Amino acid sequence: MNLLEIEGLKLNIGAAEILHDVSLDVKRGEITAVIGESGSGKSMTAYCVNQLLPRGAVAAGHLRFDGQDMLGLDEAALCRIRGRDIGMVFQEPMSALNPVQTIGAQVAETVLIHRAAGKAEAMAIARETLNRVGLPEAAFPLGRYPHELSGGQRQRVVIAMAIALRPRLLIADEPTTALDVTTQAQILTLLKRLVAEDGMGLLLISHDLGVVADVADRIVIMRKGAVVEQGSREEIFAHMRHPYTRMLFEASSHVPARRAGAKDVPILEVRGLVRDYTLPKASFFGHAPKFRAVSGVSFALKKGESLGLVGESGCGKSTLTRAILGLEAAQGGSILINGQEVRAGHLVPRHLRRNMQVVFQDPYGSFNPRHKVARLVAEPFHLLDDAPKGAARSEAVVMALEAVGMVAADADKYIHEFSGGQRQRIAIARALIIRPELIILDEAVSALDVSIRAQILDLLAALSERFGLSYLFISHDLSVVRAITDRVLVMRAGEIVEEGLTEEVFNNPTHPYTRALIDAAPKLEELMQ
Amino acid sequence: MKALLKMPGFAIGFIMAFAFVLAALISFFWLPYAVDGVDIANKMQAPSWSNWFGTDQYGRDILSMIMMGGRTSIAVAIVAVGIGVGLGVPLGLAAAARKGGLLDEIIMRGNDLIFAFPALLIAILITAVLGASALNAIIAIGIFNIPVFARLSRGAALSLWTRDFVLAARVAGKGRVRISFEHILPNITNLLIVQGTIQFSLGILAEAALSYIGLGAQPPIPSWGRMLADSQTLVSLAPHLALFPGAAIVLTVLGLNLMGDALRDHFDPKTRRERQ
Repeated sequence: MNLLEIEGLKLNIGAAEILHDVSLDVKRGEITAVIGESGSGKSMTAYCVNQLLPRGAVAAGHLRFDGQDMLGLDEAALCRIRGRDIGMVFQEPMSALNPVQTIGAQVAETVLIHRAAGKAEAMAIARETLNRVGLPEAAFPLGRYPHELSGGQRQRVVIAMAIALRPRLLIADEPTTALDVTTQAQILTLLKRLVAEDGMGLLLISHDLGVVADVADRIVIMRKGAVVEQGSREEIFAHMRHPYTRMLFEASSHVPARRAGAKDVPILEVRGLVRDYTLPKASFFGHAPKFRAVSGVSFALKKGESLGLVGESGCGKSTLTRAILGLEAAQGGSILINGQEVRAGHLVPRHLRRNMQVVFQDPYGSFNPRHKVARLVAEPFHLLDDAPKGAARSEAVVMALEAVGMVAADADKYIHEFSGGQRQRIAIARALIIRPELIILDEAVSALDVSIRAQILDLLAALSERFGLSYLFISHDLSVVRAITDRVLVMRAGEIVEEGLTEEVFNNPTHPYTRALIDAAPKLEELMQ
Repeated sequence: MKALLKMPGFAIGFIMAFAFVLAALISFFWLPYAVDGVDIANKMQAPSWSNWFGTDQYGRDILSMIMMGGRTSIAVAIVAVGIGVGLGVPLGLAAAARKGGLLDEIIMRGNDLIFAFPALLIAILITAVLGASALNAIIAIGIFNIPVFARLSRGAALSLWTRDFVLAARVAGKGRVRISFEHILPNITNLLIVQGTIQFSLGILAEAALSYIGLGAQPPIPSWGRMLADSQTLVSLAPHLALFPGAAIVLTVLGLNLMGDALRDHFDPKTRRERQ
């Protein structure tokens, strides 16, 4: 008998059937990974297991946990099981922890809720569990608060909460999606170790094949509420019977066809750029301390070139972008756009900003929900002195939309009527409309599903060729940067530590940090071979 | 407007509130009885065919009084909310656009200053200095609406300023003022409408309170608040004296709140498309 047996599971929310005949097993001491794009029902399947379903959801079928039928249990019985026998790790370690409670209290809470121990003993268990997840007492006493920890450390606390009572099953819903690559690798190693030590089953939910490929024993691939293929990792990788599985693998390592068309003229040059932030004063008198987010960064971006900027969160890449875009003034160095210099202390003037546009990461937050697409796309016309009006303006909007594969009728819709991938196309249309020479792509494909990501990368490659665009491609995702850029910069703590042709840097990294980044990144291609 | 009236909440609210507004407007041209005459022989009559809402302690027709009084109550509340929105919202938006700057500090500390005084006490002070009248009641109530709207719009605007679409507008070269009105304001209108209806009802109640202590509209101009206050001592003898002005206040406030809720849904493009 397997630890978790799901057979013919159906889930209805109102009239909509969310899951259709989902069947999968989780064995003791094994990691079963459920992979799917958004809307595939992978999270809902996980939430069915401990019955944390939204209002109005009705589950039917067989769902046996250790031989016990979970669908037939009442709320009180479920509460006894949740936390004690089934632990759960969430995606966002920021919101999964209570900011006003110490980490010790939060880990001990799981123990106290199930009356498994007295207060002193619960604290002892909390201590031991935190040690197990790699937060030793010397550096992480129980009295620490969540805000004193980094993202990866917080996720370790969340894991400690989930495993404090040594549950038989652990459900992890996108546990590393919000984390940097190097942290991601550490958390996956930790989860793997805990599964081996405790002999518990792990149901790992992810959208990223690369992430789970290293750790999973079994892989379940879901699409639109149904399982399309499942089997042991070796089987899946060797055969890939279902076309969707193949498509998913191909899209994950998709490299768009590009012709290197870089001219030897720089469109953007950054010379010794410095960005300081003023921190709050420590005392009423005295000077406010400064934090140097970007310190002496220099690079050049040629016309028609695609330049990657890689770095983990907090390395200063967004700050650098803001200075280039003219949103904030630099404290030192200068920025040259088409050879015209903008010195420190000055914002990039309007006539130079016309040459640049930007596409942001979040396809949901980057549009004003109150305006129609036509108005949203036409917004950068504000930078032109002789912006087209009336019919010429609508024509320009339609042309921009068609260039990114949308249709003219979309101009009259509101942004919420589009999917994430379509929104990102509209964001690119907005960037294109004033025909800039340089587009800054700030994690522009990071929030998209792999199949959509592949399409957007193809689109970007095609547009670059058609309009002679240069890209500054900012991302934490190394495989994407490798696929779309000619040269790459590696940034760490406000400085550029390595620079070179993309293939050279990836094949022979010279800086130890670059090596660490590349080693930590999931490598799908190697596993497929 | 047609689409709005199809929403039951808006239709009911609109009918309730509009009935009183219409009655107040009609009072400019026609009243069932004059309200400035005293008819002691007919005092405190119960509702009848000749006097639908009965008569008060001076024999005046209560229906006519409510129609006349509606003018004062509604006008005071509307203008007071107008002052609050008209001054408070731009101040709040300006403070948010210059967050952490000197302007933000000045505006927000000014707000704190107004909040630090008890509203009614200042209203009494203003009317004591400027004299008791409906106009001064409007000023007094309006001043206290300013910080309410300033704080609300600053708080809502601050969270919008961190959004990517505002960043996109900045990349497009738009200035702070333009972004505030083009991008921030449309996204906080629903909050403002809901707060507006709350402040409107508070305005009607505040006018009633000021009239009650004799600092609002002066006799013989009737107002719902003063009618309610005047009926206080007679309520056990003739409950209709309090019932009708009280009902007028409650129904107008309720109707406006229903309208406000419907308007908020209407302004939200998400729910608008779903209805179509």
